[in-house]
Amino acid sequence: MTGEVAVIGAGMHPWGKWGRSFVEYGTKAARAALTDAGLDWPDIASVVGANTVRCGYPGQVAGATFARALGWQGARVTSVYAACASGARAIDTARAQILSGMVDTVLVVGADAAPKGFFAPSGGDRPDDPDWLRFRVLGATNPAYFALWARRRMALCGDTPEDFAAVKVKNAAAGAANRHARYRSPVTAEEVAASPVVADPLRLLDICATSDGAAALVLSSVDFARRHGVADPVRIRAVSSVAPVYPRTALDLPDIATDSAPDALVPDGFRPSIARAAYEEAGIGPEDLSLAEVYDLSTALELEWYEDLGLCAAGEGAKLLREGATALGGRIPVNPSGGLASFGEAVPAQAIAQVCELAQQLRGRAGDRQVAGARVGITANQGLFGHGSSVIAVR
Amino acid sequence: MASARTPVVAGWFTSGDGDFRLLGTRCRACGAVYFPREDTFCRAPRCAGEELDEVPLSRRGRVWSYTDGRYRPPAPYPSDPARDWAPYTLIAVELAAERMVVLGQGAPGVTVADLAVGMEVEVVPGVLAGEGGQSWTTWHWLPVPAEDVEESS
Repeated sequence: MTGEVAVIGAGMHPWGKWGRSFVEYGTKAARAALTDAGLDWPDIASVVGANTVRCGYPGQVAGATFARALGWQGARVTSVYAACASGARAIDTARAQILSGMVDTVLVVGADAAPKGFFAPSGGDRPDDPDWLRFRVLGATNPAYFALWARRRMALCGDTPEDFAAVKVKNAAAGAANRHARYRSPVTAEEVAASPVVADPLRLLDICATSDGAAALVLSSVDFARRHGVADPVRIRAVSSVAPVYPRTALDLPDIATDSAPDALVPDGFRPSIARAAYEEAGIGPEDLSLAEVYDLSTALELEWYEDLGLCAAGEGAKLLREGATALGGRIPVNPSGGLASFGEAVPAQAIAQVCELAQQLRGRAGDRQVAGARVGITANQGLFGHGSSVIAVR
Repeated sequence: MASARTPVVAGWFTSGDGDFRLLGTRCRACGAVYFPREDTFCRAPRCAGEELDEVPLSRRGRVWSYTDGRYRPPAPYPSDPARDWAPYTLIAVELAAERMVVLGQGAPGVTVADLAVGMEVEVVPGVLAGEGGQSWTTWHWLPVPAEDVEESS
């Protein structure tokens, strides 16, 4: 076991399409996290920012950008990028600083201001960039890949569009009770079925939006938390940051083709390996979980994560959903925050927001979304170009 | 201006005369095959190979999954905004010999209703049409008529 760090503050900026600067969103989330922690900004020894590639130079030096906005006070600054897993990498970096004894307190911040419509690659003529090539040659948007995975589940596992819609209905019901969510209205299966097809078989309400939003955490050593008066803090017990193992045989963003594996022993899939590394580090298993926050880029992908996290056997994600196990009040609620279905993607913030939800749930402060007696939570997500991330928190 | 004989990416497929094939590369040291092509280093973690030879990929494969694009993709996808958007299919195809999945657009006229996971498809030359009459050559996947499906593949 690696050692634990304490989560002593969590804060967010409400998600939406606000049309303002990511710096404003992130600073508000940071201030909320500091207030939650009962710490003054000058007391923070290190700032780790999760970068965004959409907001110019300040977005690529996010740690410094937020430190400047909060007021230069001399803290160490670090900026990290790992696509959709950037937030978890920021948490991982903060944890390493604390566990090494370098610092006692770290502020972790991620924020984004997203464009309307499909995410697109950076401009210019860049035929050596796989992300540019998939748009140039095939017009393969992110939802196209989500749809390829969804169709394959339908063919291999017997999932139906009605199963996918049920994920949206479940997550919208949870999100309706979350004041930070962008979409706060219940959604019916009929509304999902009536929304336009974006990439067959997925409809608009099966696919997460792109959002403005921010999330922040104050992490500290467990000793510091206790000295600070938090006798029983939420503790991060594992942060998985694994990469895939060659050869990869499942088509994944942003690639046009998989590796070739004519003679090779094909390793297990990448997504299951992400959770397995977290479980091993935490010394727990899926049977110990109270809740999970997973990266539901699409409704169908949430079902994939059930299996990848070991909440059920391979191919049985839809069955677990139909049983009601993953709804609030079920055996293992998944996305009690409302998930990306209710928030939309704000890339560098989302993995941090997932841990904010774990912190609220484990402290019993989730209000109408509260998972009764929550003691152990896991998050999972995956960033473009092979970035796995999973965080396990306990209390 | 690009003509219809200009490939969308150089070196990814044959010229289209005769036997049309996708072109990958194969590592001389370990035999790993790459598409899109790797020309400088083998990416297998335990292989130090730096010599890779061009190799045509299997002409046929089986549908791994498929979808379509109901909305116009953003740039740099070549598309004429003056024309109504016409959806096209995207087909991921598993090549048995290479044990590799390759994504491509379906040939014009192929819809998701024509497709099923496991169906045999063949690579054929295609055209990508952009703004102002510009076009590029590319590859498409085309379902193989049932009577032509090879039992062995």
